Amino acid sequence: MCAVAALAYRGLRRLLPSANAVSSFAPAALLPALPHVRRVHSSAQQRPSATAGSDPFRTDTQWLLDRSAQSLFLTEMWRGMGSLLDVFLDPRSVYTINYPQEKSPVSPRFRGEHALRRYPTGEERCIACSLCSAACPALAITIEAEPRPDGSRRTTRYDIDGSKCIYCGLCQEACPVDAIVESPTLESAVETHEEMLWNKEKLLGNGDRWEPELARAIEADAPYR
Amino acid sequence: MQAHGILRASRAVGRSLRLRHPQRNLPATAASTLLPLAGAALRPRSTLPEKRTSIPSTAPTPAPPPAERGEQQRLREYAAFTGEVDPAYLEPYERERMESNLENSREIRSFSINFGPQHPAAHGVLRLVLQLDGEVVESTDPHVGLLHRGTEKLMEYKTYQQALPYMDRLDYCSILCNEQVFSLAVENLLKVEVPLRAKYIRTMMAEITRISNHLLAVATHAMDVGALTPFFTAFEEREKTFEFFERASGARMHANYIRPGGVHQDLPLGMCDDIYAWCRQMASRLDEMEELLTENRIWKMRLVDIGVVTAADALKWGFSGPMLRGSGVPWDVRKAQPYDAYEFVDFRVPTGTRGDCYDRYLVRMEEMRQSLDIILQCLNQMPDGEVRVDDRKVAPPSRHNMKASMESLIHFFKLFSEGTVVPAGETYAAVEAPKGEEGVYMISDGTNRPYRVHIRAPGFAHLSGLNMMARGHMIADIVTMVGTLDLVFGEVDR
Repeated sequence: MCAVAALAYRGLRRLLPSANAVSSFAPAALLPALPHVRRVHSSAQQRPSATAGSDPFRTDTQWLLDRSAQSLFLTEMWRGMGSLLDVFLDPRSVYTINYPQEKSPVSPRFRGEHALRRYPTGEERCIACSLCSAACPALAITIEAEPRPDGSRRTTRYDIDGSKCIYCGLCQEACPVDAIVESPTLESAVETHEEMLWNKEKLLGNGDRWEPELARAIEADAPYR
Repeated sequence: MQAHGILRASRAVGRSLRLRHPQRNLPATAASTLLPLAGAALRPRSTLPEKRTSIPSTAPTPAPPPAERGEQQRLREYAAFTGEVDPAYLEPYERERMESNLENSREIRSFSINFGPQHPAAHGVLRLVLQLDGEVVESTDPHVGLLHRGTEKLMEYKTYQQALPYMDRLDYCSILCNEQVFSLAVENLLKVEVPLRAKYIRTMMAEITRISNHLLAVATHAMDVGALTPFFTAFEEREKTFEFFERASGARMHANYIRPGGVHQDLPLGMCDDIYAWCRQMASRLDEMEELLTENRIWKMRLVDIGVVTAADALKWGFSGPMLRGSGVPWDVRKAQPYDAYEFVDFRVPTGTRGDCYDRYLVRMEEMRQSLDIILQCLNQMPDGEVRVDDRKVAPPSRHNMKASMESLIHFFKLFSEGTVVPAGETYAAVEAPKGEEGVYMISDGTNRPYRVHIRAPGFAHLSGLNMMARGHMIADIVTMVGTLDLVFGEVDR
């Protein structure tokens, strides 16, 4: 019963001009000028509302009747409730997602928790150039490096203090070999401070786990970089 | 038993008990006559003086009135005045004075309370110390600094690129405008011209930021005043603006997107279509909010003629943005000193007539509509082309160039390790941030770090004017006025 009434109401509303149009469409008798209602000047669509150019001190009978009727019949209250009902019954106005099961999409540029990537051969990408730690505004990255027995230069220590990091993305911009990246992962909540001190092992683990997504994101963003 | 006595006594005269230390050598009249119970608790039984039960007709040795009336006497008179203590226990001169005070009410002190910093309507960490006369606010004393992080000082130790993310964290509801003003200041010093496409992108993003900020301002204002429903509409739309920021920059809030010399990256393909689709429906969502608020009698009762600021006062207190335009001054930095692409777009500046909270609300709603207009114009006019200045000392080379050319690689390394070296000089850049005129005064000494950065935050000036606005209003109107100031403490405290 209620639903039928509501649907009928919605149909009626469709016939009527929409909310904003009401103020410009309805004759002055329906929407009288209250003395303390003031429209701002120079609106985009010059609204020819009843209030425009009205004298705030007017006391003619027509205006008095209109105002009394409006205040007696709570017209603006009913209109507000009507628009609320409109939203309530609109099937499109459901925006809640069941978060752990459903997730909103993130863009390829999303800057989440850090990861250190590897080449497809399994060799780590980072060459310990320290550009990321030089670019970091929060001084969150600590790098130590020495040559390996095979002569290649790699890090012996790569620490990021996740509690200092401000996720500005300058480290991944500065990295010349796409080794340190900010992954599309946003669930980095932990319980203790120590868990936010990421070492090389943890960061490489992140990279191994998310490599498909990371590679896809970098590929998608490649034309813009 | 004794402890019980203390409790009862302390309840009777409030804090006067604290001042009465048992070891202190008080005159007998001060302690024992006023507080027989406290005296019993604090003194040995044997020294308890006789309790006076009637007013002595003639004081045996009338104590001379002290030249300077102490706290003790004042509290005694006050306790007698409030009826907690029988006036009979007062000294004659004290009683006289109390009666004369009662006549001309000189001694009734106003009541002072704390508003915040944990108050839900205090928008962050605002702390106001209110002096009240009943429910009427006599004066408002804002205490700032709870969110002070020393941004300006930190920037002196960061390269220009590293300092930019700190701007994000100032006014964290209008992030891209903060970045824009910093970038404009650096560009002034570098004397570089930003590519046209970047100008349009910046303008468009700044206007989306304005809508995002005003949605927050109006929605939380309405919520503080008691209207919860518009909040949901506004935050749904605000969420969509965050999605645009995330697609463009990678972060929903702290974007780090508008850089000195342009923007970080071009807009991803398809985003302009989505912005257009969003603009199309946004106007009706604004109508929805207006339907619930603008004509609503409760909303008007709470806002109309509250916090009136005259145009002269607004100018005197350094107001800007909707706070100034609500008072009828059509000042807008976008019109007065057009920056980026504002000279190419057409828009109007709404102003209020009476300068109250309701006018400022209407100005904010109208500004959102104007912003939609600007966004559509930007979408239509935006040319193709570069989004960063073609200067390798300012903007990094593209990924492809960096891999292919040695010189680009050197520039890349120089830029991310040393940063941009900015010629010596000083400049002031201002933008019309959603909250008002936001400015950066920057002095460079010719190194890669600013010598000094001063940030002109509009919220600070608005908060300073709160005392002027609030005097004589009821305490519930403080919430309305704090809402209309649109305070974000990231920028007020910096």
